[in-house]
Amino acid sequence: MSADTLTRSNNRRGIRAPLLLLIPSIAILVLGMGYPVIWQIVTSFQQYGLKQQFGQAAPFVGLDNYIALATDPQLWVVVGKSLAFCLITAFVTLGIGTLLALLMSTVTKTARLVLQVALLLAWSMPVVSAMTVWIWLFDRRRGAINYLLDMVPGIEMNRFDWLSTPLTFLLVASIIVVWMSVPFVSFSVYAGLTQVSDEILEAAQLDGATGSQRFWGIILPMIRPVISIVLLLQLIWDLRVFTQIKLLQDAGSKSGDYDLLGTYIYKLGTSAQDFGMASAVSILVLGITIAMSWFYIRSLLKEDAA
Amino acid sequence: MNRRLAKGLLSALAIVIALFWAFPVYWMVSSSFIPTAILQSFIPTFFPVNGTVSNYAGAIADGSFFSALGMSVAITLTVVLFCIIFAFLAAVAISRFRFRGRRSFVIAVLIVQMLPAEGLFIAQYKMVSSVHLLDSVIGVSVIYIAAVVPFTIWMLRGFVAGVPVDLEEAAMVDGLSRFGAFMRITFPLLAPGLVASGVYAFLQAWNEFTVALVLLPSEAAQTLPLWLRGFVQASATRETDWGQVMAASTLVAVPVIIFFLIVQGRLTSGLVSGAVKG
Repeated sequence: MSADTLTRSNNRRGIRAPLLLLIPSIAILVLGMGYPVIWQIVTSFQQYGLKQQFGQAAPFVGLDNYIALATDPQLWVVVGKSLAFCLITAFVTLGIGTLLALLMSTVTKTARLVLQVALLLAWSMPVVSAMTVWIWLFDRRRGAINYLLDMVPGIEMNRFDWLSTPLTFLLVASIIVVWMSVPFVSFSVYAGLTQVSDEILEAAQLDGATGSQRFWGIILPMIRPVISIVLLLQLIWDLRVFTQIKLLQDAGSKSGDYDLLGTYIYKLGTSAQDFGMASAVSILVLGITIAMSWFYIRSLLKEDAA
Repeated sequence: MNRRLAKGLLSALAIVIALFWAFPVYWMVSSSFIPTAILQSFIPTFFPVNGTVSNYAGAIADGSFFSALGMSVAITLTVVLFCIIFAFLAAVAISRFRFRGRRSFVIAVLIVQMLPAEGLFIAQYKMVSSVHLLDSVIGVSVIYIAAVVPFTIWMLRGFVAGVPVDLEEAAMVDGLSRFGAFMRITFPLLAPGLVASGVYAFLQAWNEFTVALVLLPSEAAQTLPLWLRGFVQASATRETDWGQVMAASTLVAVPVIIFFLIVQGRLTSGLVSGAVKG
Protein backbone atom coordinates (compact mmCIF):
# COMPACT_ATOMS: atom_id res chain seq x y z
CA MET A 1 0.00 0.00 0.00
CA SER A 2 2.74 2.40 1.01
CA ALA A 3 4.54 1.57 -2.21
CA ASP A 4 1.59 2.98 -4.13
CA THR A 5 1.67 6.31 -2.38
CA LEU A 6 5.39 6.46 -2.96
CA THR A 7 4.82 5.85 -6.64
CA ARG A 8 2.89 9.04 -6.97
CA SER A 9 4.92 11.33 -4.76
CA ASN A 10 8.41 10.10 -5.47
CA ASN A 11 8.35 9.41 -9.15
CA ARG A 12 7.97 12.68 -10.93
CA ARG A 13 9.21 11.47 -14.27
CA GLY A 14 6.82 8.60 -14.74
CA ILE A 15 8.03 5.13 -15.48
CA ARG A 16 10.57 5.98 -18.15
CA ALA A 17 13.56 7.07 -16.09
CA PRO A 18 13.96 3.88 -14.05
CA LEU A 19 13.49 1.71 -17.11
CA LEU A 20 16.17 3.61 -19.00
CA LEU A 21 18.51 3.04 -16.08
CA LEU A 22 17.74 -0.67 -16.11
CA ILE A 23 18.21 -1.21 -19.84
CA PRO A 24 21.98 -1.90 -19.86
CA SER A 25 21.72 -4.49 -17.07
CA ILE A 26 18.67 -6.16 -18.57
CA ALA A 27 20.30 -6.27 -22.00
CA ILE A 28 23.50 -7.88 -20.74
CA LEU A 29 21.59 -10.37 -18.61
CA VAL A 30 19.37 -11.38 -21.51
CA LEU A 31 22.43 -11.81 -23.73
CA GLY A 32 24.75 -13.53 -21.26
CA MET A 33 22.29 -15.58 -19.21
CA GLY A 34 18.79 -15.47 -20.69
CA TYR A 35 19.67 -16.55 -24.21
CA PRO A 36 21.93 -19.43 -23.05
CA VAL A 37 19.23 -20.71 -20.68
CA ILE A 38 16.64 -20.73 -23.44
CA TRP A 39 19.07 -22.26 -25.97
CA GLN A 40 19.88 -24.93 -23.45
CA ILE A 41 16.22 -25.70 -22.78
CA VAL A 42 15.45 -25.92 -26.52
CA THR A 43 18.55 -28.02 -27.24
CA SER A 44 17.66 -30.44 -24.47
CA PHE A 45 14.70 -31.49 -26.64
CA GLN A 46 16.84 -31.92 -29.74
CA GLN A 47 19.21 -34.48 -31.10
CA TYR A 48 22.37 -32.39 -31.17
CA GLY A 49 25.51 -34.44 -31.78
CA LEU A 50 28.56 -34.26 -34.01
CA LYS A 51 26.57 -33.95 -37.27
CA GLN A 52 24.73 -30.92 -35.96
CA GLN A 53 28.05 -29.35 -34.97
CA PHE A 54 28.91 -29.34 -38.65
CA GLY A 55 25.77 -27.58 -39.71
CA GLN A 56 23.06 -30.21 -40.02
CA ALA A 57 19.69 -29.15 -38.72
CA ALA A 58 18.96 -30.47 -35.22
CA PRO A 59 15.75 -32.51 -35.22
CA PHE A 60 13.41 -32.25 -32.27
CA VAL A 61 13.20 -35.55 -30.46
CA GLY A 62 10.76 -34.67 -27.71
CA LEU A 63 11.68 -36.16 -24.38
CA ASP A 64 14.20 -38.65 -25.82
CA ASN A 65 17.21 -37.06 -24.13
CA TYR A 66 15.42 -36.99 -20.79
CA ILE A 67 14.27 -40.58 -21.17
CA ALA A 68 17.83 -41.61 -22.02
CA LEU A 69 18.98 -39.80 -18.89
CA ALA A 70 16.33 -41.24 -16.63
CA THR A 71 17.24 -44.76 -17.70
CA ASP A 72 20.99 -44.24 -17.46
CA PRO A 73 22.13 -45.73 -14.15
CA GLN A 74 25.51 -44.01 -14.43
CA LEU A 75 23.87 -40.60 -14.37
CA TRP A 76 21.96 -41.38 -11.19
CA VAL A 77 25.18 -42.47 -9.52
CA VAL A 78 26.68 -39.09 -10.47
CA VAL A 79 23.55 -37.23 -9.26
CA GLY A 80 23.62 -39.13 -5.96
CA LYS A 81 27.32 -38.46 -5.45
CA SER A 82 26.89 -34.77 -6.32
CA LEU A 83 23.98 -34.35 -3.93
CA ALA A 84 25.84 -36.12 -1.12
CA PHE A 85 28.96 -34.06 -1.81
CA CYS A 86 26.94 -30.85 -1.92
CA LEU A 87 24.93 -31.49 1.26
CA ILE A 88 27.88 -32.68 3.34
CA THR A 89 30.22 -29.94 2.16
CA ALA A 90 27.65 -27.15 2.54
CA PHE A 91 26.58 -28.17 6.05
CA VAL A 92 30.14 -28.74 7.25
CA THR A 93 31.05 -25.32 5.83
CA LEU A 94 28.09 -23.70 7.56
CA GLY A 95 28.84 -25.45 10.86
CA ILE A 96 32.52 -24.54 10.94
CA GLY A 97 31.80 -21.04 9.63
CA THR A 98 29.22 -20.37 12.34
CA LEU A 99 31.48 -21.76 15.07
CA LEU A 100 34.33 -19.53 13.92
CA ALA A 101 31.97 -16.54 13.84
CA LEU A 102 30.90 -17.27 17.43
CA LEU A 103 34.57 -17.65 18.36
CA MET A 104 35.31 -14.25 16.79
CA SER A 105 32.66 -12.61 18.90
CA THR A 106 33.97 -14.05 22.19
CA VAL A 107 37.78 -13.83 21.95
CA THR A 108 40.14 -10.91 22.56
CA LYS A 109 40.62 -8.25 19.91
CA THR A 110 44.08 -9.48 18.90
CA ALA A 111 42.96 -13.07 18.53
CA ARG A 112 39.99 -11.96 16.47
CA LEU A 113 42.19 -9.91 14.17
CA VAL A 114 44.63 -12.80 13.67
CA LEU A 115 41.79 -15.16 12.84
CA GLN A 116 40.20 -12.68 10.45
CA VAL A 117 43.43 -12.06 8.58
CA ALA A 118 44.02 -15.80 8.22
CA LEU A 119 40.50 -16.34 6.87
CA LEU A 120 40.91 -13.43 4.48
CA LEU A 121 44.09 -14.93 3.10
CA ALA A 122 42.30 -18.18 2.36
CA TRP A 123 39.29 -16.35 0.94
CA SER A 124 41.34 -14.27 -1.43
CA MET A 125 43.26 -17.16 -3.00
CA PRO A 126 42.34 -17.57 -6.68
CA VAL A 127 40.82 -21.01 -7.09
CA VAL A 128 43.49 -22.27 -9.49
CA SER A 129 46.32 -21.14 -7.18
CA ALA A 130 44.56 -22.70 -4.20
CA MET A 131 44.10 -25.99 -6.03
CA THR A 132 47.74 -26.03 -7.07
CA VAL A 133 49.03 -25.66 -3.53
CA TRP A 134 46.51 -28.12 -2.09
CA ILE A 135 47.40 -30.72 -4.70
CA TRP A 136 50.97 -30.34 -3.62
CA LEU A 137 50.07 -30.57 0.06
CA PHE A 138 48.30 -33.87 -0.70
CA ASP A 139 51.07 -35.08 -3.02
CA ARG A 140 51.77 -38.77 -2.63
CA ARG A 141 55.51 -38.59 -2.18
CA ARG A 142 56.52 -35.06 -1.26
CA GLY A 143 53.31 -33.71 0.23
CA ALA A 144 53.43 -32.10 3.68
CA ILE A 145 50.17 -33.78 4.73
CA ASN A 146 51.38 -37.35 4.26
CA TYR A 147 54.65 -36.40 5.95
CA LEU A 148 52.91 -34.93 8.99
CA LEU A 149 50.28 -37.69 9.27
CA ASP A 150 53.02 -40.29 9.02
CA MET A 151 54.67 -38.85 12.10
CA VAL A 152 51.57 -39.63 14.16
CA PRO A 153 52.28 -43.00 15.76
CA GLY A 154 50.13 -45.83 14.45
CA ILE A 155 49.23 -44.09 11.18
CA GLU A 156 50.95 -45.37 8.08
CA MET A 157 50.51 -42.73 5.41
CA ASN A 158 53.83 -42.87 3.61
CA ARG A 159 53.13 -42.51 -0.14
CA PHE A 160 49.39 -42.83 0.37
CA ASP A 161 47.75 -41.73 -2.87
CA TRP A 162 44.76 -39.58 -1.90
CA LEU A 163 43.55 -39.19 -5.47
CA SER A 164 43.52 -42.91 -6.27
CA THR A 165 40.10 -43.86 -4.91
CA PRO A 166 36.87 -41.93 -5.55
CA LEU A 167 36.09 -41.64 -1.84
CA THR A 168 39.41 -40.07 -0.78
CA PHE A 169 39.41 -38.03 -4.01
CA LEU A 170 36.05 -36.48 -3.07
CA LEU A 171 37.18 -36.11 0.54
CA VAL A 172 40.15 -34.03 -0.63
CA ALA A 173 37.84 -31.99 -2.89
CA SER A 174 35.47 -31.44 0.01
CA ILE A 175 38.24 -30.35 2.37
CA ILE A 176 39.48 -27.84 -0.18
CA VAL A 177 36.00 -26.47 -0.88
CA VAL A 178 35.31 -26.13 2.87
CA TRP A 179 38.65 -24.37 3.35
CA MET A 180 37.82 -21.90 0.59
CA SER A 181 34.18 -21.26 1.58
CA VAL A 182 34.34 -21.03 5.37
CA PRO A 183 35.74 -17.46 5.39
CA PHE A 184 32.74 -16.09 3.48
CA VAL A 185 30.37 -17.88 5.84
CA SER A 186 32.12 -16.77 9.03
CA PHE A 187 32.37 -13.14 7.96
CA SER A 188 28.72 -13.02 6.94
CA VAL A 189 27.53 -14.73 10.13
CA TYR A 190 29.86 -12.57 12.22
CA ALA A 191 28.41 -9.45 10.60
CA GLY A 192 24.97 -10.81 11.49
CA LEU A 193 26.06 -11.51 15.09
CA THR A 194 27.22 -7.94 15.60
CA GLN A 195 23.64 -6.85 14.98
CA VAL A 196 22.28 -8.97 17.84
CA SER A 197 21.77 -6.56 20.70
CA ASP A 198 23.87 -7.07 23.82
CA GLU A 199 21.07 -5.86 26.05
CA ILE A 200 18.77 -8.70 25.12
CA LEU A 201 21.55 -11.21 25.73
CA GLU A 202 22.35 -9.69 29.11
CA ALA A 203 18.72 -9.65 30.09
CA ALA A 204 18.48 -13.33 29.16
CA GLN A 205 21.58 -14.07 31.17
CA LEU A 206 20.11 -12.29 34.21
CA ASP A 207 17.01 -14.40 33.81
CA GLY A 208 19.23 -17.47 34.05
CA ALA A 209 19.48 -18.60 30.42
CA THR A 210 22.51 -20.84 29.83
CA GLY A 211 24.96 -20.33 26.97
CA SER A 212 23.34 -22.89 24.72
CA GLN A 213 19.84 -21.59 25.53
CA ARG A 214 20.96 -18.11 24.55
CA PHE A 215 22.37 -19.46 21.27
CA TRP A 216 19.36 -21.53 20.22
CA GLY A 217 16.71 -19.24 21.71
CA ILE A 218 18.00 -15.76 20.88
CA ILE A 219 21.07 -15.61 18.68
CA LEU A 220 20.06 -18.20 16.10
CA PRO A 221 16.57 -16.82 15.43
CA MET A 222 18.03 -13.33 15.05
CA ILE A 223 20.71 -14.33 12.55
CA ARG A 224 18.43 -16.71 10.66
CA PRO A 225 18.15 -14.48 7.56
CA VAL A 226 21.92 -14.47 7.14
CA ILE A 227 22.24 -18.19 7.85
CA SER A 228 19.60 -19.13 5.32
CA ILE A 229 21.00 -17.08 2.44
CA VAL A 230 24.53 -18.27 3.19
CA LEU A 231 23.47 -21.91 3.36
CA LEU A 232 21.51 -21.60 0.13
CA LEU A 233 24.47 -20.06 -1.70
CA GLN A 234 26.75 -22.81 -0.41
CA LEU A 235 24.35 -25.52 -1.54
CA ILE A 236 24.10 -23.98 -5.01
CA TRP A 237 27.84 -23.45 -5.35
CA ASP A 238 28.72 -26.92 -4.07
CA LEU A 239 26.22 -28.62 -6.35
CA ARG A 240 27.80 -27.14 -9.46
CA VAL A 241 31.40 -27.44 -8.27
CA PHE A 242 33.54 -27.78 -11.37
CA THR A 243 36.97 -26.16 -11.17
CA GLN A 244 38.13 -28.06 -8.10
CA ILE A 245 37.09 -31.44 -9.50
CA LYS A 246 38.50 -30.67 -12.94
CA LEU A 247 41.89 -29.66 -11.55
CA LEU A 248 42.02 -32.64 -9.19
CA GLN A 249 41.31 -34.83 -12.20
CA ASP A 250 44.28 -33.19 -13.95
CA ALA A 251 46.43 -34.37 -11.06
CA GLY A 252 44.76 -37.73 -10.52
CA SER A 253 42.42 -39.83 -12.59
CA LYS A 254 40.07 -38.57 -15.28
CA SER A 255 37.85 -41.67 -15.20
CA GLY A 256 34.09 -41.36 -14.82
CA ASP A 257 34.21 -42.68 -11.25
CA TYR A 258 35.66 -39.34 -10.23
CA ASP A 259 32.96 -37.21 -11.84
CA LEU A 260 30.42 -34.94 -10.22
CA LEU A 261 27.68 -33.21 -12.23
CA GLY A 262 29.91 -30.33 -13.38
CA THR A 263 32.61 -32.49 -14.94
CA TYR A 264 30.00 -34.98 -16.17
CA ILE A 265 28.28 -32.27 -18.23
CA TYR A 266 31.63 -30.95 -19.39
CA LYS A 267 32.65 -34.36 -20.68
CA LEU A 268 29.29 -34.87 -22.41
CA GLY A 269 29.73 -31.52 -24.11
CA THR A 270 33.40 -31.69 -25.04
CA SER A 271 34.56 -35.32 -25.41
CA ALA A 272 31.26 -36.86 -26.44
CA GLN A 273 30.14 -33.72 -28.32
CA ASP A 274 26.57 -34.56 -27.40
CA PHE A 275 25.09 -31.11 -26.77
CA GLY A 276 21.53 -32.44 -26.57
CA MET A 277 22.29 -34.76 -23.65
CA ALA A 278 24.62 -32.25 -22.01
CA SER A 279 21.84 -29.65 -22.16
CA ALA A 280 19.35 -32.06 -20.65
CA VAL A 281 21.68 -32.72 -17.70
CA SER A 282 22.23 -28.97 -17.30
CA ILE A 283 18.48 -28.45 -17.14
CA LEU A 284 18.34 -31.16 -14.49
CA VAL A 285 20.95 -29.28 -12.43
CA LEU A 286 18.97 -26.09 -12.95
CA GLY A 287 15.86 -27.88 -11.73
CA ILE A 288 17.59 -29.14 -8.57
CA THR A 289 18.91 -25.62 -7.93
CA ILE A 290 15.46 -24.09 -8.27
CA ALA A 291 13.97 -26.76 -6.04
CA MET A 292 16.56 -25.97 -3.36
CA SER A 293 16.01 -22.21 -3.65
CA TRP A 294 12.25 -22.49 -3.79
CA PHE A 295 11.60 -22.12 -0.07
CA TYR A 296 13.90 -19.14 0.13
CA ILE A 297 12.39 -17.37 -2.87
CA ARG A 298 8.89 -18.07 -1.60
CA SER A 299 9.61 -16.64 1.82
CA LEU A 300 11.15 -13.61 0.12
CA LEU A 301 8.02 -13.12 -1.95
CA LYS A 302 5.85 -13.39 1.15
CA GLU A 303 7.89 -10.86 3.08
CA ASP A 304 7.78 -8.48 0.16
CA ALA A 305 4.03 -8.81 -0.20
CA ALA A 306 3.44 -8.23 3.51
CA MET B 1 38.37 -15.25 37.00
CA ASN B 2 36.89 -18.36 35.48
CA ARG B 3 35.46 -16.36 32.61
CA ARG B 4 38.76 -14.68 31.92
CA LEU B 5 40.47 -18.06 31.77
CA ALA B 6 37.87 -19.30 29.32
CA LYS B 7 38.35 -16.23 27.18
CA GLY B 8 42.11 -16.75 27.18
CA LEU B 9 41.78 -20.40 26.18
CA LEU B 10 39.34 -19.57 23.41
CA SER B 11 41.66 -16.85 22.15
CA ALA B 12 44.52 -19.32 22.02
CA LEU B 13 42.27 -21.73 20.14
CA ALA B 14 41.35 -18.98 17.67
CA ILE B 15 45.02 -18.31 16.97
CA VAL B 16 45.77 -22.01 16.44
CA ILE B 17 42.86 -22.25 13.98
CA ALA B 18 44.13 -19.12 12.24
CA LEU B 19 47.54 -20.73 11.76
CA PHE B 20 45.96 -23.83 10.26
CA TRP B 21 43.80 -21.79 7.93
CA ALA B 22 46.62 -19.61 6.68
CA PHE B 23 49.01 -22.53 6.32
CA PRO B 24 48.33 -23.36 2.62
CA VAL B 25 48.87 -19.72 1.66
CA TYR B 26 52.06 -19.61 3.70
CA TRP B 27 53.15 -22.89 2.13
CA MET B 28 52.66 -21.58 -1.38
CA VAL B 29 54.65 -18.40 -0.80
CA SER B 30 57.33 -20.08 1.28
CA SER B 31 57.94 -22.90 -1.22
CA SER B 32 58.12 -20.46 -4.08
CA PHE B 33 61.39 -19.16 -2.60
CA ILE B 34 62.96 -22.55 -1.95
CA PRO B 35 65.46 -23.87 -4.53
CA THR B 36 64.19 -26.86 -6.50
CA ALA B 37 67.00 -29.12 -5.36
CA ILE B 38 65.89 -28.76 -1.73
CA LEU B 39 62.20 -29.22 -2.57
CA GLN B 40 63.03 -32.52 -4.28
CA SER B 41 63.89 -34.16 -0.97
CA PHE B 42 61.22 -36.24 0.71
CA ILE B 43 61.30 -34.21 3.91
CA PRO B 44 59.29 -30.98 3.55
CA THR B 45 61.12 -27.71 4.16
CA PHE B 46 59.02 -25.57 6.46
CA PHE B 47 60.99 -22.32 6.27
CA PRO B 48 62.63 -20.75 3.22
CA VAL B 49 66.03 -20.29 4.87
CA ASN B 50 68.25 -20.05 1.83
CA GLY B 51 65.68 -18.23 -0.25
CA THR B 52 66.01 -17.67 -3.99
CA VAL B 53 63.96 -15.88 -6.61
CA SER B 54 65.11 -18.18 -9.39
CA ASN B 55 61.75 -19.97 -9.29
CA TYR B 56 60.07 -16.71 -10.26
CA ALA B 57 62.54 -16.16 -13.07
CA GLY B 58 61.79 -19.66 -14.29
CA ALA B 59 58.02 -19.12 -14.18
CA ILE B 60 58.14 -15.79 -16.00
CA ALA B 61 60.55 -17.20 -18.59
CA ASP B 62 57.69 -19.40 -19.74
CA GLY B 63 56.84 -17.71 -23.02
CA SER B 64 53.14 -17.18 -22.50
CA PHE B 65 53.17 -15.54 -19.06
CA PHE B 66 53.07 -11.99 -20.35
CA SER B 67 50.46 -12.65 -23.00
CA ALA B 68 48.28 -14.29 -20.32
CA LEU B 69 48.85 -11.33 -18.03
CA GLY B 70 47.83 -8.95 -20.81
CA MET B 71 44.71 -10.97 -21.55
CA SER B 72 43.71 -11.11 -17.88
CA VAL B 73 44.22 -7.37 -17.46
CA ALA B 74 42.21 -6.53 -20.59
CA ILE B 75 39.29 -8.77 -19.63
CA THR B 76 39.32 -7.66 -16.01
CA LEU B 77 39.32 -3.94 -16.85
CA THR B 78 36.48 -4.39 -19.33
CA VAL B 79 34.39 -6.32 -16.84
CA VAL B 80 35.03 -3.93 -13.95
CA LEU B 81 34.24 -0.83 -15.99
CA PHE B 82 30.98 -2.06 -17.50
CA CYS B 83 29.87 -3.80 -14.36
CA ILE B 84 30.19 -0.68 -12.25
CA ILE B 85 28.31 1.47 -14.75
CA PHE B 86 25.51 -1.03 -15.39
CA ALA B 87 25.06 -2.00 -11.75
CA PHE B 88 25.16 1.59 -10.57
CA LEU B 89 22.40 2.64 -12.96
CA ALA B 90 20.27 -0.35 -12.01
CA ALA B 91 20.84 0.17 -8.28
CA VAL B 92 19.71 3.78 -8.58
CA ALA B 93 16.62 2.67 -10.47
CA ILE B 94 15.53 0.14 -7.87
CA SER B 95 16.38 2.09 -4.74
CA ARG B 96 15.38 5.62 -5.82
CA PHE B 97 12.27 4.93 -7.86
CA ARG B 98 9.09 3.03 -7.25
CA PHE B 99 7.71 1.61 -10.47
CA ARG B 100 5.72 -1.28 -11.76
CA GLY B 101 7.96 -4.29 -12.26
CA ARG B 102 10.50 -3.16 -9.70
CA ARG B 103 9.86 -6.10 -7.43
CA SER B 104 9.98 -8.58 -10.30
CA PHE B 105 13.32 -7.13 -11.34
CA VAL B 106 14.78 -7.47 -7.84
CA ILE B 107 13.62 -11.09 -7.66
CA ALA B 108 14.87 -11.80 -11.18
CA VAL B 109 18.28 -10.47 -10.15
CA LEU B 110 18.30 -12.81 -7.17
CA ILE B 111 17.31 -15.81 -9.25
CA VAL B 112 19.77 -15.11 -12.06
CA GLN B 113 22.49 -15.06 -9.42
CA MET B 114 21.60 -18.65 -8.65
CA LEU B 115 21.75 -19.94 -12.20
CA PRO B 116 24.62 -22.37 -12.53
CA ALA B 117 27.02 -20.76 -15.01
CA GLU B 118 28.76 -24.14 -15.16
CA GLY B 119 25.58 -25.60 -16.60
CA LEU B 120 25.35 -22.95 -19.29
CA PHE B 121 28.77 -23.06 -20.83
CA ILE B 122 27.74 -25.16 -23.82
CA ALA B 123 25.12 -22.62 -24.83
CA GLN B 124 27.58 -19.83 -24.16
CA TYR B 125 30.17 -21.59 -26.30
CA LYS B 126 27.71 -21.99 -29.16
CA MET B 127 26.59 -18.39 -28.87
CA VAL B 128 30.08 -16.91 -28.76
CA SER B 129 31.47 -19.13 -31.51
CA SER B 130 28.54 -18.38 -33.82
CA VAL B 131 29.55 -14.70 -33.83
CA HIS B 132 33.24 -15.64 -34.15
CA LEU B 133 34.25 -14.23 -30.79
CA LEU B 134 36.02 -17.27 -29.32
CA ASP B 135 39.49 -16.36 -28.04
CA SER B 136 38.46 -12.70 -27.85
CA VAL B 137 38.23 -10.31 -24.93
CA ILE B 138 34.68 -9.29 -25.84
CA GLY B 139 33.18 -12.78 -25.88
CA VAL B 140 34.35 -13.73 -22.40
CA SER B 141 33.65 -10.27 -21.01
CA VAL B 142 29.99 -10.35 -22.01
CA ILE B 143 29.50 -13.61 -20.13
CA TYR B 144 31.44 -12.36 -17.10
CA ILE B 145 29.53 -9.08 -16.90
CA ALA B 146 26.24 -10.96 -17.03
CA ALA B 147 27.46 -13.25 -14.25
CA VAL B 148 28.76 -10.46 -12.02
CA VAL B 149 26.17 -7.72 -12.54
CA PRO B 150 23.41 -9.31 -10.41
CA PHE B 151 25.53 -9.45 -7.28
CA THR B 152 26.92 -5.94 -7.80
CA ILE B 153 23.39 -4.57 -8.22
CA TRP B 154 22.42 -6.37 -5.03
CA MET B 155 25.38 -4.90 -3.19
CA LEU B 156 25.17 -1.35 -4.55
CA ARG B 157 21.49 -1.14 -3.83
CA GLY B 158 22.29 -1.36 -0.12
CA PHE B 159 24.72 1.53 -0.49
CA VAL B 160 22.35 3.72 -2.53
CA ALA B 161 19.52 3.08 -0.10
CA GLY B 162 21.86 4.04 2.75
CA VAL B 163 22.22 7.61 1.44
CA PRO B 164 19.26 9.58 2.81
CA VAL B 165 16.99 11.08 0.17
CA ASP B 166 16.57 14.09 2.49
CA LEU B 167 20.14 15.14 1.77
CA GLU B 168 19.42 15.21 -1.95
CA GLU B 169 16.17 17.07 -1.45
CA ALA B 170 17.86 19.66 0.73
CA ALA B 171 20.34 20.30 -2.08
CA MET B 172 17.48 20.60 -4.53
CA VAL B 173 15.80 23.15 -2.31
CA ASP B 174 19.08 25.04 -2.43
CA GLY B 175 18.73 25.24 -6.19
CA LEU B 176 20.47 22.17 -7.63
CA SER B 177 18.71 20.08 -10.26
CA ARG B 178 17.79 16.53 -9.37
CA PHE B 179 20.71 15.27 -11.43
CA GLY B 180 23.05 17.89 -9.97
CA ALA B 181 22.01 17.00 -6.44
CA PHE B 182 22.61 13.38 -7.16
CA MET B 183 26.06 13.95 -8.63
CA ARG B 184 27.23 16.36 -5.92
CA ILE B 185 25.71 14.75 -2.85
CA THR B 186 24.90 11.10 -3.36
CA PHE B 187 27.65 10.09 -5.74
CA PRO B 188 30.58 10.97 -3.45
CA LEU B 189 28.89 9.10 -0.60
CA LEU B 190 28.64 6.07 -2.84
CA ALA B 191 32.35 5.93 -3.64
CA PRO B 192 33.08 3.13 -1.12
CA GLY B 193 30.26 1.06 -2.56
CA LEU B 194 31.50 1.58 -6.09
CA VAL B 195 35.02 0.59 -5.07
CA ALA B 196 33.73 -2.53 -3.35
CA SER B 197 31.68 -3.52 -6.41
CA GLY B 198 34.61 -2.86 -8.67
CA VAL B 199 36.86 -5.06 -6.61
CA TYR B 200 34.25 -7.80 -6.51
CA ALA B 201 34.07 -7.69 -10.31
CA PHE B 202 37.87 -7.66 -10.44
CA LEU B 203 38.13 -10.78 -8.30
CA GLN B 204 35.57 -12.69 -10.33
CA ALA B 205 37.07 -11.79 -13.69
CA TRP B 206 40.64 -12.36 -12.57
CA ASN B 207 40.00 -15.75 -10.95
CA GLU B 208 37.40 -17.26 -13.25
CA PHE B 209 38.36 -20.60 -14.74
CA THR B 210 35.43 -22.54 -16.23
CA VAL B 211 34.10 -20.06 -18.77
CA ALA B 212 37.62 -19.09 -19.79
CA LEU B 213 38.48 -22.74 -20.33
CA VAL B 214 35.59 -23.09 -22.76
CA LEU B 215 35.62 -19.71 -24.51
CA LEU B 216 39.39 -19.24 -24.86
CA PRO B 217 40.53 -22.50 -26.43
CA SER B 218 43.73 -21.31 -28.10
CA GLU B 219 46.92 -20.96 -26.11
CA ALA B 220 47.60 -17.42 -27.32
CA ALA B 221 44.35 -16.21 -25.72
CA GLN B 222 44.85 -17.78 -22.27
CA THR B 223 44.12 -15.86 -19.10
CA LEU B 224 46.34 -16.27 -16.04
CA PRO B 225 44.35 -19.11 -14.40
CA LEU B 226 44.48 -21.07 -17.67
CA TRP B 227 48.18 -20.29 -17.99
CA LEU B 228 48.79 -21.56 -14.45
CA ARG B 229 46.95 -24.78 -15.18
CA GLY B 230 48.95 -25.26 -18.38
CA PHE B 231 52.17 -24.51 -16.52
CA VAL B 232 51.36 -27.13 -13.89
CA GLN B 233 50.48 -29.71 -16.54
CA ALA B 234 53.63 -29.02 -18.56
CA SER B 235 55.68 -29.37 -15.41
CA ALA B 236 53.94 -32.63 -14.50
CA THR B 237 55.07 -34.31 -17.71
CA ARG B 238 58.58 -34.24 -16.24
CA GLU B 239 59.14 -34.47 -12.49
CA THR B 240 56.94 -31.59 -11.28
CA ASP B 241 59.09 -28.58 -10.42
CA TRP B 242 57.13 -27.56 -7.35
CA GLY B 243 59.24 -24.48 -6.68
CA GLN B 244 58.42 -22.98 -10.06
CA VAL B 245 54.81 -24.10 -9.87
CA MET B 246 54.39 -22.39 -6.49
CA ALA B 247 56.08 -19.26 -7.84
CA ALA B 248 53.66 -19.23 -10.78
CA SER B 249 50.78 -19.78 -8.41
CA THR B 250 51.92 -16.92 -6.17
CA LEU B 251 52.22 -14.61 -9.18
CA VAL B 252 48.56 -15.23 -10.01
CA ALA B 253 47.45 -14.85 -6.39
CA VAL B 254 49.31 -11.79 -5.15
CA PRO B 255 47.32 -9.03 -6.90
CA VAL B 256 44.11 -10.62 -5.71
CA ILE B 257 45.26 -11.00 -2.12
CA ILE B 258 46.28 -7.34 -1.96
CA PHE B 259 43.05 -5.99 -3.42
CA PHE B 260 41.00 -8.33 -1.30
CA LEU B 261 42.58 -7.31 1.98
CA ILE B 262 41.84 -3.68 1.11
CA VAL B 263 38.11 -4.00 0.58
CA GLN B 264 36.84 -7.08 2.34
CA GLY B 265 34.94 -5.27 5.11
CA ARG B 266 32.75 -3.50 2.59
CA LEU B 267 32.09 -6.70 0.68
CA THR B 268 30.57 -8.54 3.61
CA SER B 269 28.67 -5.58 5.01
CA GLY B 270 27.23 -4.98 1.53
CA LEU B 271 26.06 -8.55 1.27
CA VAL B 272 24.56 -8.64 4.74
CA SER B 273 22.73 -5.34 4.33
CA GLY B 274 21.33 -6.65 1.05
CA ALA B 275 20.12 -9.78 2.79
CA VAL B 276 18.69 -7.97 5.81
CA LYS B 277 16.86 -5.36 3.78
CA GLY B 278 15.37 -8.10 1.60
